[in-house]
Amino acid sequence: MVTQRITDIGPPDYRQFLPPIVKANYGKWKYHEILQPGVMVHVAESGDKLFTVRAGSPRLLSIVTIRKFADLADKYTGGHLRWTSRNNVEFLLTDEANIEPLKKELQEYGFPVGGTGNGISNIVHTQGWVHCHSSATDASGVVKAIMDEVYPHFTSMDLPAKLRIAFACCLNMCGAVHCSDIAVLGIHRTAPTINHDDLPKMCEVPTLVSSCPTGAIRPATVDGKASVEVEKEQCMYCGNCYTVCPAMQINNAETDGISIWVGGKVSNARSKPMFSKLVIPFIPNEPPRWPGVVDAVKKIIEVYAAGARKHERMGEWIERIGWPKFFELAEIPFSPLVIDDFKHAGETYNRTTQIRH
Amino acid sequence: MATKDLKIPLLEELEKGPWPSFVTEIKKSADNPMARDTLRQLEKSYEDKISHWKHGGLVGVMGYGGGVIGRYSDSPEEFPEVKEFHTYRVNQPSGWFYNTEALRTLCDIWEKHGSGLTNMHGSTGDMIFLGSTTEAIEPCFADLTEAGFDLGGSGSDVRTPSCCVGPGRCEWACYDTLDACYDITQEFQDELHRPAFPYKFKFKFSGCPNDCVASIARSDMSVIGTWKDNIQINQDEVANYAKNGVDIEAEICELCPTKCISWNGKTISIDNSNCVKCMHCINVMPKALSPGKERGATILIGAKAPIIGGALLATVFVPFLEMEEGYEDLKELAEALWDFWGEYGKNRERIGEFIQRVGLANFLDEIGLEPIPEMIAHPRTNPYIFFEDELEEEDE
Repeated sequence: MVTQRITDIGPPDYRQFLPPIVKANYGKWKYHEILQPGVMVHVAESGDKLFTVRAGSPRLLSIVTIRKFADLADKYTGGHLRWTSRNNVEFLLTDEANIEPLKKELQEYGFPVGGTGNGISNIVHTQGWVHCHSSATDASGVVKAIMDEVYPHFTSMDLPAKLRIAFACCLNMCGAVHCSDIAVLGIHRTAPTINHDDLPKMCEVPTLVSSCPTGAIRPATVDGKASVEVEKEQCMYCGNCYTVCPAMQINNAETDGISIWVGGKVSNARSKPMFSKLVIPFIPNEPPRWPGVVDAVKKIIEVYAAGARKHERMGEWIERIGWPKFFELAEIPFSPLVIDDFKHAGETYNRTTQIRH
Repeated sequence: MATKDLKIPLLEELEKGPWPSFVTEIKKSADNPMARDTLRQLEKSYEDKISHWKHGGLVGVMGYGGGVIGRYSDSPEEFPEVKEFHTYRVNQPSGWFYNTEALRTLCDIWEKHGSGLTNMHGSTGDMIFLGSTTEAIEPCFADLTEAGFDLGGSGSDVRTPSCCVGPGRCEWACYDTLDACYDITQEFQDELHRPAFPYKFKFKFSGCPNDCVASIARSDMSVIGTWKDNIQINQDEVANYAKNGVDIEAEICELCPTKCISWNGKTISIDNSNCVKCMHCINVMPKALSPGKERGATILIGAKAPIIGGALLATVFVPFLEMEEGYEDLKELAEALWDFWGEYGKNRERIGEFIQRVGLANFLDEIGLEPIPEMIAHPRTNPYIFFEDELEEEDE
């Protein structure tokens, strides 16, 4: 029997999932308040109140946990919940009396309530060794180690402004981390290793050659077979060739690791959106708990929290105090590798005598 | 317990500490042999400091070119249960709203066909189902579509659009992000499932300039809510904020990027002609201030992460667009972009990189959009101007 295949239906209509209070007050919200870390109230023009309880998650969830969240939602919210852009789960309540019992159950189940206001919300991140072929490091493990350390900032709101940490396990940046207060980025540091046996079978040489942004890959005959060679001096380890051709192995257990970038933001509030800037070019991979990365992130947060003015994001604070002061306060040695040498690098040089002595 | 005989001492270090652990999550699904081998292979990565996944091999559902990512273990003899471990991208509902019935249905489908492991959600916005055999793909897809769900994008196609919570809960939503996201996703189903572009194309919808889905940093078409008229002020609430500890002069007036707010100790006044809609004052005093009533969106084009030619933020193309239901102007603009980029874009060249290569003015000319000063941070500072075309036009 041939059944009719269903295709191209797109996602389900979101309207069927909106809680009744949202349907009733859709687009007619008046204001909101953060009642305590992780708990918000949104008040509608009608006077209706929608309470949100936000809990952090590791993003990687078993269906066992999703079913548990469903049970909690049935018990406390009439079956309505949503996720945020930072992998937090949000329970949408109409009965204020349910807030504390729900919080208690979530916390007992191991999911902390928080992530609102001037604190640290969940880290957005990529797959890492759990599921990716080009990762220079694990993602979930580093994120877990960092969140364990900054946990008090998730469950409180005691920073000068919000602080967004993002993690990507290679510069493909599936997480697009390049505009975060602190970006933790996996990085390759050596040219790909070529498997000349597999290459002719798996890859098209012209496509592979043209995939290289710096022209470092050239056609070559190796042992009588059509293959390529890499001009190592021209390679910037982007891994684009590996994405195009699996025979160009970019991963390297000895040389891969992590870099740290600071001062980016996407919001247009006060200052314009900004890129994160490189401050630590390399920290080795130290599984299972990456102490070097965790210490670096912790130190940057500490000096920011001590030095920034109210409402000042990391990047705004650094622009005010200047980069020399940032490196001094964060006790980060200034590496020549942080000086740009890519396109338009000159725009990042200091071309003024405005210097603090 | 199904986890007792697993020897994963390095991973178990990551079950310590207060933050919820992904290792614990994988263990919860350890009755499933795929989840067990995921843990075992991951432990090996922790020992070797390298990924043990291979890419390559096209997998997918009949008639689609995207939505399933092929993934294979590089040590299939050692970890036979994850020999094939493909990823599904399942298109999320707008704003990531669910009811428990839909969630349980999804869990049941994934228990039947795969590892039981998910990401809620992937970076682009999809629900991610981690770990399926090749054989399971069609039956799983059939169950998903039967339940009303479809796959998202992957490869050189329209990627799954995503949006902020918008008018579902937020008083700052300047247009209906949930509806726009749903409408655009439905409109471009063919472009989403069948890759035909030089590279990926992402839509992201944020309801206000706070940009909660980071659209300005990572979407090829970024739609950010804004307004044209005056910020709405409730002076009594301003006074309440002042009374309750907000230093209006220091925290509002001085931090305004255009210094268009003044405070006389009792009330504030705003020179709205100089307001750039940054949201700072509204963020600090949500009970007192709100966006104006004449609402719409700014359309920006061409943001991306570094691969390949360096990261880009999006560029203003339309300073203000009324976001009327149907979104015809937005669709027309998207199709004009695709026509030109589709024709001349290089393989794996994002539209932002393409615009830089051909020049913004040339690009605008090709798609028929009038150049205006809102599109640039400042005029050029070099004198190397291509006058020739202009002179030729004068001759004609």
